[in-house]
Amino acid sequence: MARILPCGDAALLVCMDTEPGGATTRRLAGIAATLHDASPQGITDIVPAFNTLTVCFDPDCIAAAAVSHMIEAAIATAGTATFEPALHDIPVRYGGEWGPDLREVSERTGLSESGVIDLHASREYTVYLLGFSPGFAYLGDIKPELQLPRKATPRPLVPSGSVAIATSYTAVYPQATAGGWHLIGRTDVTLFDVNREEPALFRPGDRVRFVPL
Amino acid sequence: MSVTPTLEVVRPGIVTTAQDAGRPGYRAFGVPPSGALDIDALRLLNTLLDNDRHEAALECLYGGIVLRVKQGTARCAAACADARIRAVNGTERQVPAWTTFLAREAEMIIVDAPRNTAAAYLGFSGGMDADLIMQSRSTNIPAGFGGCNGRSLKRGDTIALRAAAESGSEWHYRMTPTLDRPDSLRVMKGPQHDWFDDAMLQRLFDGDYAVTPASNRAGIRLEGEPLVATRGHDLLSEGVASGSIQVPGSGQPILLIGDHPTVGGYPKIATVISADLAAAGRLRIGGRVRFTPVDEKEAARARHVRRETFGHIASSRARVA
Repeated sequence: MARILPCGDAALLVCMDTEPGGATTRRLAGIAATLHDASPQGITDIVPAFNTLTVCFDPDCIAAAAVSHMIEAAIATAGTATFEPALHDIPVRYGGEWGPDLREVSERTGLSESGVIDLHASREYTVYLLGFSPGFAYLGDIKPELQLPRKATPRPLVPSGSVAIATSYTAVYPQATAGGWHLIGRTDVTLFDVNREEPALFRPGDRVRFVPL
Repeated sequence: MSVTPTLEVVRPGIVTTAQDAGRPGYRAFGVPPSGALDIDALRLLNTLLDNDRHEAALECLYGGIVLRVKQGTARCAAACADARIRAVNGTERQVPAWTTFLAREAEMIIVDAPRNTAAAYLGFSGGMDADLIMQSRSTNIPAGFGGCNGRSLKRGDTIALRAAAESGSEWHYRMTPTLDRPDSLRVMKGPQHDWFDDAMLQRLFDGDYAVTPASNRAGIRLEGEPLVATRGHDLLSEGVASGSIQVPGSGQPILLIGDHPTVGGYPKIATVISADLAAAGRLRIGGRVRFTPVDEKEAARARHVRRETFGHIASSRARVA
């Protein structure tokens, strides 16, 4: 079911043998929730990704072997019911100054701009993982017709709230950072707020829909 | 009631930020731990000042700093660099590293640039009144939050401390800490060491890597004999631990520290052991480093030695005569 590999002496990488996708993500969310609820002393972080879980811990507080056993127990007992996904509706202004790459995406995919928007907005995406920057969530999968590699030259600064696509994923940039994805729209929704108890809006396993304004 | 001190930044240095012991626990939200790159220096500095070990101090990366005391009297100490106090009449008194000192209203605190390590630290008795975000006063530079307004210091910035200096002695360590940049770092193989053949793994351990100018608080970018993965250099993004050595297609390794992105899609050939993370934080641009393979037992022994060393130094704390 899973391999557990050491990452130095203060983290373990749990590699699932299932393919990445909604089912694996929900399973990982369940395992992470089960592990979290056990409130183990010494485990500091549980980071789900496409088909892995990274568990960071203080080795002076809990031994790697003990963390490994807890992970195995969580894998054995967690059901997908442990985790309740939320559904997020994200209003988006597509194109124009809000989505400066929409025209290029349309040209490269052979779709009209409204065709691109329809394909992007017509599906419910799974939140696969958070990373790259605080609150940045990889959502997927976008329709094959929309899939393009990342830009050859990343933008030095992407406006915060930018809705973007690249390879099989879509995302919203929570802050103004450098970015190599294609910007097709903008949202005012706050993806990351340091003052919220759970600072990131999306959690892995949640579902997201984009709503054209 | 004595007034809580405030300081004004006269010369900010190169990259100076408020850093405490960091904010572990938020990686699942995409938030890296940040924190002092040389956590050993921070803890010893705070112990010297009778602070909680995790209190925020100013991390002066590569440069020194000049501050003017706007009001109040602060008890301070510098780690990994010497300091001077300049009185209003221009006279200066020297203060060696690892010795507490008082800085009074209108005086200037001058901390030299670190020479044998990447960062010097300036700590304050009672700690700093920097922005407390997600349980930490550390600055996350890439995301722009925490510490002093989420960024490195600029001339004219005001720093507020949390407590006025109490009357009493100055302190130093009879056993002076030596926290220099390391020649080598101990690593455990993996998690993707099996993406590299044995000859390539040996290349990592035989190699001598240069710390390039592209290095910063988010990663140490190294240059040396390229490390080529037989399985290619792309994997599905996964969570990464601090101390991971990731190898992109260029074959040039990147050692993740501090403000690093919390997930990555490059194979990680090895991971610096937790006892050596502070040493990794002392790597200077222009320096060189080697990697030594160790196993989990040796990593545990290294943690033990580190704790013991900390204890010896801490118990050598004594009043300055």
